[in-house]
Amino acid sequence: MFDSLTQRLQSAFSKLGRKGELKDSDVDDALRGIRTALLTADVHLSVVKQLVADIRERAIGEKVLESVQPEQQVVKIVHDELVRLMGGDDVKPSMPGDATIPIQFAARGPTVILMAGLQGAGKTTTCAKLANYLKSKGRRPLLVAADMQRPAAVEQLKVLGESLDIAVHSEASGRPPKICQRAVKAAVAGGHDVVILDTAGRLHVDRDLMYEVKDIAAKVDPHEIFLVLDSMTGQDAVNSAKAFDESLPLTGVVLTKLDGDTRGGAALSVRAVTGKPIRFLGTGERTDQLEPFHPDRLASRILGMGDVVSLVERAQSAMQEQEVEKAAEKMFSGSFTMEDMLAQFEQVERMGPMKEWIGMLPGVGSALGDMDMDEKPLGRAKAIILSMTPDERRRPDVLDPSRRRRIARGSGSSLDEVNRLLKSYKQMRQMMKQMGSGGGLMGKMMNRKFQKSKEKQLRELRKQGVNLADLGLSSQ
Amino acid sequence: MRFGRLRDSLRKTSQALAGRLKALVKGRRIDESLWVDVEEVLITSDVGVEATDALVDAARTAAKHGEILKSEDVVPWIRGRMTDRLTAGDHGLRWNEGGTTVVLVAGVNGSGKTTSIAKLTKWVTAQGRSCMVAACDTYRAAAVAQLTIWSERLDVPIVKQSQGADPAAVAFDAAESAASRGVDVLIVDTAGRLHTQRNLMEELGKITRVLGKKIPGAPHETLLVLDGTAGQNGLQQTRRFREHAEVTGLIVSKLDGTAKGGVVLSIKDDLDVPVKFVGTGETADDLAPFEPATFVAALFGDED
Repeated sequence: MFDSLTQRLQSAFSKLGRKGELKDSDVDDALRGIRTALLTADVHLSVVKQLVADIRERAIGEKVLESVQPEQQVVKIVHDELVRLMGGDDVKPSMPGDATIPIQFAARGPTVILMAGLQGAGKTTTCAKLANYLKSKGRRPLLVAADMQRPAAVEQLKVLGESLDIAVHSEASGRPPKICQRAVKAAVAGGHDVVILDTAGRLHVDRDLMYEVKDIAAKVDPHEIFLVLDSMTGQDAVNSAKAFDESLPLTGVVLTKLDGDTRGGAALSVRAVTGKPIRFLGTGERTDQLEPFHPDRLASRILGMGDVVSLVERAQSAMQEQEVEKAAEKMFSGSFTMEDMLAQFEQVERMGPMKEWIGMLPGVGSALGDMDMDEKPLGRAKAIILSMTPDERRRPDVLDPSRRRRIARGSGSSLDEVNRLLKSYKQMRQMMKQMGSGGGLMGKMMNRKFQKSKEKQLRELRKQGVNLADLGLSSQ
Repeated sequence: MRFGRLRDSLRKTSQALAGRLKALVKGRRIDESLWVDVEEVLITSDVGVEATDALVDAARTAAKHGEILKSEDVVPWIRGRMTDRLTAGDHGLRWNEGGTTVVLVAGVNGSGKTTSIAKLTKWVTAQGRSCMVAACDTYRAAAVAQLTIWSERLDVPIVKQSQGADPAAVAFDAAESAASRGVDVLIVDTAGRLHTQRNLMEELGKITRVLGKKIPGAPHETLLVLDGTAGQNGLQQTRRFREHAEVTGLIVSKLDGTAKGGVVLSIKDDLDVPVKFVGTGETADDLAPFEPATFVAALFGDED
């Protein structure tokens, strides 16, 4: 079950869609479906009850039953309520500097970020990801190993810091509050503008350890205190979030492990119970898989509207600007070579696992279901191209049977596979020529103008999102 | 949604649950509102909508047929029913008597595998059996170091290679070493993996096969470590892991917080995977063989 919540909601709504005429009891049925869907997604019972009551109120107030497409209306209401519950558009904290980074930076001196959470939530990995993210935004982060509880936790952060070329402050022994205090001093001396404190995982009922983290906060006075929360957490998420918030207090939440097949539930509950915004999502094992949180996108994803906006942004960050321009020019002028094809494969790889981004397309997420994407052909195709001489890559038309046999041997593939790749290359070249006039998703993504009018496009996509979800419903 | 209203309702729910059900149902009529209260305790304990509905419906029918007469009997009836269902099947560790028992430990990232392995090692040695651990989590930074520290503390041998090594190769070495040294129990740590990552799940299958080649019948136990705070996704995790390795039981970790781990009921019902151990604390001693009655009592907030 890839999009379990999506699928459940869709089936609840499809009941509405099939009947033609609707009664109050039909709305009750749909609401019960929504309730089950949300509970199964681990949204806390109290939140679910409130949410369902609000949806019912609005559904009646807006005379959903009398509208032409009631199911579409209900989708919109649920979507709106989810967005509202997750913080609407008001989550961006005020901050000097880059407005796209959801972090409150200190006006002067280094910005101190304390990361706290239960054991196994993913704090250490998230610290490394956050440092990497900030580094990519031109900051100079310092990681601080303040988890003296778990064996080898310090070692883990050191290894991660080294692989990312990010400085790590660690001490062989000592009390975490003192270590953090010394680390902040070291950050000032070392010219770091962000300090990220990796604290030990602790249970919210563990009085001693909760006191310790409070002590850290008292000593270093952090600008941000993030709760790192496993998105697979069940009903208990509200208990731990509340306890952490009461003793720290939190300024935001980072949701981890969203690359699994769970999502939504914990985000909804924790946002509702603490009132603290979700700032980032961890979406994979790689250290670059951390994304700023957008409530509307997550709500859309929950509802099966796809996440086109995330997809487009991911594509844009994966492709370097100049490359994009060059490729676009080449593609549309028809001088597309095997070298360009290779570059494209590499760009696709940089976007991460195929299933991940293809799943973001509207309607595809749930259609994909349990299916896995086979990533191997991409590697094989790359091997074939790499076995060609530079001249062959630029002028593939010179590839006669003898050259093709050599390439097959060199890349460990069959002649058949080489031929197939050349055929699809030729088809692509043909297609590109036709696309020269514009059009197609790739064409749009390549277009620099798109970036400038992104805001307008976002609104468009959102509007389309609703319609696309509706298409998904009527096909059931 | 107004946060104030929501906070109030949350407070009410947790207060109701803090008093838990025994006080809540005392001297009441058996009516719809009673069933709703029971239902809420089950759902907030992560039992899940489907399993909760099934339990409450069964209790409702029992009340209709006169099997439950007083409101005070409702909870014991449901508790009994849950205990029976969790008791069915084999909860003991399957020993490979006369040879090396191989226990493969798997789970998603952060579920508590390495810590659970340390506890399991302590438990096994306390049973008077010799133990060895294999560090097959070659993926996460410092995972090998973490297990090494534990093996030193617990004074058991460890088979390891460097980070990034082929986990199946480590498993092979470990099985060979355990068999030739005549070790009673070999516990194999694996990298945390989300059950949606196909290639990593296939790697798990490979480790399983390699172990079986070296020691017949191995792994004799494949234990999935399930985070006790996990919600309904626990079912999905178990289902997916079972597709790649024959999961013979669960270790439910982190039950020392406020989480109840109710999802194990659905896992038992739907997939017939029993809980074998529960982790209840931070030290190496905090692992206990699963006792259904105790577990269910804790779920309802009762001490007995």
